[in-house]
Amino acid sequence: MTFLQTLIRGTKDLFKPDGLTPMQKMTLRFVVVGLLWYGIAVAEGMIMRLSLVKPLPPFPPGHYYAILTAHPLVGIFGSTYSVVFGAFLFLVPFLMKKPLWSLKAANWTCFFLAFGTFTFWAAGFISHYAPLYTLYWPLPADFTQFSVVGGTFFILGIALVMVGTVLFVINVFKTVTYTPAGFPPQPAGALLASALGLTGLKRVFSREKKDHLVSLPVAAIARGTVDTALNAGIILFTGVLILVYMVAELSGHSLKHSAVDALLYKNWFWWGLDLIADGLVLIYVAGAWYLMATLISGKKLFMENIARAALFVEMVVSWTVWSHHLMSDQAQPGILKILSGEMVTAFELITQGLAFTITLITLWSARPLKMTNPLKFLLGGLLGFALAVPAGIMQADLGLNRILHNTQWIVGPHVHVAVLVGLTMTLYSAVYYLFPLLTNGAELYSQKLANLHFWSHLLGGIGMGAFMGMAGLHGMLRRTMYFNGEFSGYMILAALSGSLLLLGFLAFFFNIVMSVGLRGVIGIFLPAKLNTKDLVPSA
Amino acid sequence: MIDSKLVLWGQTVGYTAYVLAVMAGMAGYAYKVTRDGSLKQIPNAVFYVVVGALVAVGVSLHIVTHETIPWKKLDLNRATIAADKTFEIRAADHKFQLPPEKMTIVAGEKVLFKVTSDDLTYGFGVFRPDHSMLFQMQVLPGHMNDILWHFEAPGLYTIRSTEYSGPKGLQMIEKDVIEVVEKSPEALP
Repeated sequence: MTFLQTLIRGTKDLFKPDGLTPMQKMTLRFVVVGLLWYGIAVAEGMIMRLSLVKPLPPFPPGHYYAILTAHPLVGIFGSTYSVVFGAFLFLVPFLMKKPLWSLKAANWTCFFLAFGTFTFWAAGFISHYAPLYTLYWPLPADFTQFSVVGGTFFILGIALVMVGTVLFVINVFKTVTYTPAGFPPQPAGALLASALGLTGLKRVFSREKKDHLVSLPVAAIARGTVDTALNAGIILFTGVLILVYMVAELSGHSLKHSAVDALLYKNWFWWGLDLIADGLVLIYVAGAWYLMATLISGKKLFMENIARAALFVEMVVSWTVWSHHLMSDQAQPGILKILSGEMVTAFELITQGLAFTITLITLWSARPLKMTNPLKFLLGGLLGFALAVPAGIMQADLGLNRILHNTQWIVGPHVHVAVLVGLTMTLYSAVYYLFPLLTNGAELYSQKLANLHFWSHLLGGIGMGAFMGMAGLHGMLRRTMYFNGEFSGYMILAALSGSLLLLGFLAFFFNIVMSVGLRGVIGIFLPAKLNTKDLVPSA
Repeated sequence: MIDSKLVLWGQTVGYTAYVLAVMAGMAGYAYKVTRDGSLKQIPNAVFYVVVGALVAVGVSLHIVTHETIPWKKLDLNRATIAADKTFEIRAADHKFQLPPEKMTIVAGEKVLFKVTSDDLTYGFGVFRPDHSMLFQMQVLPGHMNDILWHFEAPGLYTIRSTEYSGPKGLQMIEKDVIEVVEKSPEALP
């Protein structure tokens, strides 16, 4: 096949979108949406990286901060939520051996994530609404700096994402508990208890050892989804609060900012945000590691019961760690800083360390393993968290936080290494593994491009985090622009590393497009021709 | 008091050594997991040793810093420690309103900074001339934000907001407004 034929029809013309089941199409739509938003997030990241080397005239502070505000939200909601939700809406029925509760709700989730992300991104781009993802009261309602109309659309976009998220949550729990037509009755309550970890908790205090009704990966998805649901509630409530101020402003009645206590708001908001950062991300990632380790090795998970218990502990820990974000807030009670901020947060070192060790031992039991794309990306993901979690534990210390808070250390070695190396490489591992399953045997266009993707992403992610971290240790703040080249040496190196990340993404994107062809990409979004609830076409 | 620069230097060395060790370990694992070998089942004892090590590190980190980083105790007990000097600073409309008198500190003095905000959430950071940070805290409206610091090194220090408060916050820099002077020879013991 010529290059042009491959570009249009995919590698060896193997990918046939008409042969996809509705479930495969739904999942692939999520993946495509997630990758497109990931590309936007990478481009935004590069703009900011370059602006920190030297402020760029097309991106003055107002525009820069609008990008800074949208960037993590695009990365989390537009990209990560899309890929994760799509994968889980496929995996939960796959692992539970029954159809998804509602395919329609799943497709609506995909739409709400894509459209909601576009809405808040566009609102920020056009109006420069930049209240730092509404984190610090009363900045989101500071209409002397920001457009109230732009802000209204921004909040509306976030709300749409949350509506999609709520549909996902309902779909996951209904799929775990419902009895499909033609199936023998299923014990909804017992299934839910097993998924949430209540059965496991009961086993600790009971002589009667009941079997777990759901597999470990489903338990991980369910427990992470509890945090997803709680977070959606927090964000929706906060959005309504901000909207009240916006509607009042639009109708000519400015409300007093002091009606909302800034410290209470900060506690509330960080409690919600940590349900993502220290909750669902860690739980979903641990679940994904366990699943990938058993799929790649073909072996039973090492210490499975301890892994289950650790997932439950992780969920409870995620409800109680938020104070590590308020260690530099002097009005925050000291007892909360020590108990929630330092002590409970240290548990994450233990739970994530357990997941790391269990995964490596499980893989080891099946050696010699072939260094496939899923395996190498899984090891990259494990390495990412091995580097990023201790960096986070260090900053969650009252002594060190005093000299690290709001520096580039936080956002470099901790946040970006966790998200880009740890989380994203774990997701890529799953994407490479699921690719033949979701495309009915389509072949990857080029293994060399996959290798380029791996090395560029790994070295770019670690390098960027390292140079940001070094700048942070020398006093460079996050969320700040520097106009006199104070840290340009570190920032040039971080930007070069960032460009490796961009290169890696372009290699991956091109590889996938050449594998399925442009016709295939369009076909994914057309209605399915097969009428079945099965996950893959029956032979 | 140990300077925060020394703590950051220690952190740099320690974390860099950790990163290099983990990367080398993972590279070795990646190589070995693709090779056949006699040891396939890792003994459970290895796992429990790892768990024990994680617990030990998690618990001891904060105890070690409590005993070695002086400003940690100073911060937790600041309500009961008498300050040698107190400076009150207001932040409003993206500006710091500094005390009318010059902020001059004699090396060795403990200084209390009481910072309030009339409108937004800001940050309060004190920086050395080479842009490295001495310390910082958050400044929330409607609350008293205070920090006690033991100044040792003579020199000029800059105040800047360490928290994002909108694009206008970029201008919140007060250069060289704190001066720490040497203790006079007569005052030395």
